[in-house]
Formats: sequence, C-alpha cells, structure tokens
Amino acid sequence: MARRTPEPMQDVKMRRDAALRALVGGVPYIQFLGISFDRRGDELTALLPFDQKLIGNPFLPAIHGGVTAAFLEVTAIIELSWSLLWEDIESGEISLEDLQAGTLPRLPKTIDFTVDYMRSGLPRDAYARARVTRSGRRYASVQVEAWQDNHDRPFAHGAAHFLMPRKPEPGEAK
Amino acid sequence: MTERKAQIAAQFIQAIPHAGALGMELTQIGDGHAEICMPYNPQLVGDPKTGVIHGGAVSALMDTCCGAAVMSHPDAPAGTATIDLRIDYMRPATPGQSIRTEAHCYHITRSVAFVRATAFDEDAENPVATATGAFTVEGR
Repeated sequence: MARRTPEPMQDVKMRRDAALRALVGGVPYIQFLGISFDRRGDELTALLPFDQKLIGNPFLPAIHGGVTAAFLEVTAIIELSWSLLWEDIESGEISLEDLQAGTLPRLPKTIDFTVDYMRSGLPRDAYARARVTRSGRRYASVQVEAWQDNHDRPFAHGAAHFLMPRKPEPGEAK
Repeated sequence: MTERKAQIAAQFIQAIPHAGALGMELTQIGDGHAEICMPYNPQLVGDPKTGVIHGGAVSALMDTCCGAAVMSHPDAPAGTATIDLRIDYMRPATPGQSIRTEAHCYHITRSVAFVRATAFDEDAENPVATATGAFTVEGR
C-alpha cells in the first residue's frame, strides 16, 4: 500500500493555529484579561501580561487573587478543550473553514475549582500550563500551575473538575 | 472600632483596581459579613454561544467578597490574603442579571480566617456557586 504523502507543514500549522484562535478568540472574558496562548506542537502555555487593572492589593502591589484564579481556570478549560479538539483537528474532521466560521463544539463546564496561593502574584507577566489528569466520557480532572519569573517557584496552582460536553449522536446536528 | 474598620474595608474595596474593572459594588459589610454585587457585563462572558459569565469572573467576585468579610471581622486587623479557595459551580448565572455574593467569616484564629460564600443571580432560591476558603490574618 502506498504511503500517504504527508500534508505540507504550512497547512498543518495553519489549521492548528486557526483552531486555537477560534477557541481563545471567541471568549470575551479571555480578551478582557488579556490572556493569550503560545503553542508548541500540542503543548499550550498561557500568558497573562501585567496590567494595572489586574491589581488586587495596591499597597504591595500584588495581582488580585481572583485574577490568579481566573487565569488558572481559563488555562485549565482551554487545555481541556484543546485536548478534546486535537484529534479532530489532526484528522481534518474539523476543517479550516469551519474554524474560521467560528463553529466550535461545545465547551466543557466547570464543576468545581480549587486554588492554592503559594506566594503573592507580583506586578509582572504570568504564565500557566495545565495538564489533563483524567479525561472521561462525562467528567475530566485538570491540574494547572502558574508562575512568573521562575518556573520552579510557582505562585499558585489549581485543580479543577469539568463536566464534559455531550457528544452529538451520529446523524445529529453538531 | 468595628464601624471604623468597616469603613476602612469599604474604602479598601473601592481602592482595588480589579474590583473596579469588574464593576463590583460593596453593598453590605460588618462583623465578618460582606455582600458584593457585580453587574452583568458582556466583556465578562465565558461562553459566547449562551452569554453566560465566565467562571473566572465569579471566582474573582467570590475572592474579593471573602477577603472583605475577613477584614470586617471584629478580631481581624486590616490585612488579609487568600491561602486557598474552593468554588463549586451549581448552575450557570442567567445572562443579563447581576451576580450578588454573600460571604461570612465564620471562624478566625490568630493566623487563619475561615470563610464561606454563596453567589446568586436574581433567583435567590438557587445559588449560582458556593465557595469555601482560608485566609491569612495579618498585621498582628
């Protein structure tokens, strides 16, 4: 059997980036906080550039604990959605045209979320990465960690549970 | 003293840039209780298909309200910081409605304050989310 010619790198990258843009760009709250995502293969790193409106304690100053929680939660939900989408993006099940038109499958819903604050968030850029520790048919568990200048000294980590979006039955409209 | 502390806490909330960015309004404070309201804002939407507010914004509201409750406790000096916070989401908040949070600092030691909070939209019977947290007690 003849081997299929690999798809041009350009096309693969374009589809992956369009999927990420559709996933992230469509959420007003992510734009509000100014969070963006850096992609290397399937690995995502969330970036929260510092902004004055993110301050919670003006005397220290420190990033608001709620911003930290939100940053972790956004990172966790995007990572989980991304891992769910990945196969469909790779197989071409979701086309570039679909993505550009903004037709994305439904997002998982947060059931609960726990944040541990290890040190105060300094008034500078923050980064976060999440790991899906379990991804079942109905529920998923995700761990997430945020750091600033030094990756070995995270300032917060979180654990979240999500309710998975219902997969459409065969023949049912997406 | 308690009244003065409540005043300090109220001013402190107003001085928090992020609380302002989310449009938070402190509606009640004192004796370890706090109530904060956050009006609906399309910028805070988490799911564009439904217009439901992002869980992260609700977390920020819960965290602020819990902190305010700690600061208003008669046994607490002014400062506090979150040690941990757990939030359970019961249902999506109805789009277009304000989210109101009540927090109660139900126990405080020399170093730790324990807080519970509940968030509602206009349906006061069914909470949108609940939170439990531990906060530091500072400046003693």
